[in-house]
Amino acid sequence: MRFMYIVTSSHPPGPPTPALMEAMGKLADREIKAGRMIDSGGLMPVAMGAQVRITDGQLRVVDGPFVETKEVIGGYAIFELRDKEEAVAAAVEFMQLHKDHMPGWEGTCEVRSFAMPAHEGGCQVDALAHA
Amino acid sequence: MTAAGIHHTILAVWRIEQPRLITSLARMLRDVPLAEDLTQEALLAALEHWPATGIPEKPGAWLMATAKRRALDHLRRGQMLARKHEMLASDMEQEQQAMPDWDTALDDDIGDELLRLVFTACHPLLSREARAALALRMICGLTTGEIARAFLLPEATIAQRIVRAKRTLSESGLGYETPRGEELSERLSSVLEVVYLIFNEGYTAARGEHWLRPQLCHEAVRMGRVLISIAPREPEAHGLLALMELNASRTAARTDAAGEPILLLEQNRALWDRLQIRRGMQALGRARELGGAGGFYALQAAIIACHAEASTADETDWSRISGLYAELAALARSPVIELNRAVAVGMAEGPAAALVIVDGLAHEPALKTYHLLGSVRGDLLQKLGRFEEARAAFEAAAELAGNRREQDLLKRRAAEAAAATST
Repeated sequence: MRFMYIVTSSHPPGPPTPALMEAMGKLADREIKAGRMIDSGGLMPVAMGAQVRITDGQLRVVDGPFVETKEVIGGYAIFELRDKEEAVAAAVEFMQLHKDHMPGWEGTCEVRSFAMPAHEGGCQVDALAHA
Repeated sequence: MTAAGIHHTILAVWRIEQPRLITSLARMLRDVPLAEDLTQEALLAALEHWPATGIPEKPGAWLMATAKRRALDHLRRGQMLARKHEMLASDMEQEQQAMPDWDTALDDDIGDELLRLVFTACHPLLSREARAALALRMICGLTTGEIARAFLLPEATIAQRIVRAKRTLSESGLGYETPRGEELSERLSSVLEVVYLIFNEGYTAARGEHWLRPQLCHEAVRMGRVLISIAPREPEAHGLLALMELNASRTAARTDAAGEPILLLEQNRALWDRLQIRRGMQALGRARELGGAGGFYALQAAIIACHAEASTADETDWSRISGLYAELAALARSPVIELNRAVAVGMAEGPAAALVIVDGLAHEPALKTYHLLGSVRGDLLQKLGRFEEARAAFEAAAELAGNRREQDLLKRRAAEAAAATST
């Protein structure tokens, strides 16, 4: 199963501490070598981004920063894992690094499973393999 | 959380830590099979304790400490030579004192140990089936039950296979050795063969009701990714990974809602997984950079890449594919490759040219029971308007197909040919 990890934080807390960067680097290296992490990327600050919104039937383009934004997405990673339990375990490990190496940081790592193109046969097979 | 939920979570945590556990233990004990036993014991200990205590903050450190304690017990029970025992036990006690710093443990590169593990699990002394089971167990951390279900075999059969294989390794003193240099390249082929066997078992399930067993494909692709990280200069490792990623990229398009197979040219290419195709193309590029464009796996990957790069079936570069098959056939004489070449020639030059090749294979002993020979022949005859012969070929092929879904497909084609005959 494929999962997307989206890391959000409520305050722009400044860049990660060097210790956190190093720990995350090691973890990422291990996960790539283990064949689980297949893609990842960090995102530039929202000030450099833009949003295209539709509100009240009106389409408009808003350049960053966005004053009303409470949660900022800092980065994402894509993993291929066996099941949701494995995905959550990996996210726990990742967030533990933040707790250890960047005290005071608060944020969320959201774990989302990719929607698979509808093919029920495949799901049945999956169920069989896990049964 | 329910008991089953906790059990599942603990397994997930253990699987993340399993490669480091088994490689560290193997290094300490100089014995891969024993390290595997102790890794399993650490899992059992976690399953026993964690439901009550909760999962520790650093589960890896907990598992490692537990496994090391068991290793020490094991050594103390005197199952090893006294001297080796003393030496190792004191090493380990020192290491254990230094243990709490788990982040440092993340530092040391387990690549070499993992390489040893892979080569031990896939030792040519073992049967292919035993190698596949050991690899899934030791490299992917699958339980015996999971392996048994994936291969549609009784759990006892797999358990016995694993026990025997480990005993064979221990008794022949092969429990801890790493091939180097030329031997590494030679032995690598035995590893790649096993990984590809596992992939194919999942990709075209040879037996049973279902067309694909994604779990096995997934494990094989993962092993392929591990292989290129520990043997980054081996072109064929990249070639095999490319082949698997590119094939796996079509998974969602290969079956319809009812689980019936959809042939490549009829697949909805929008369902092909672009991320996986990109990864496959990267791996193929790497194999070529390393001088391995003509390798057994790289050539097959290049063929699949031709499909991946065509945005519609009509845009497929069939003459390039038939050229690649000719190269492949020159490398590995095989009637199955020749049959595939015939399909490509048929697409590039027309069914008549292909039928000549296929008819030349009619008496190949290796293809006597191979249903795809009849399937391809039927298809060519159908295109040439020789419907009655096509029907006979499809029917004969259906008799030989082991997978029910393929059987149904061939019967349908026979019926279509029969319908064309009567009009």
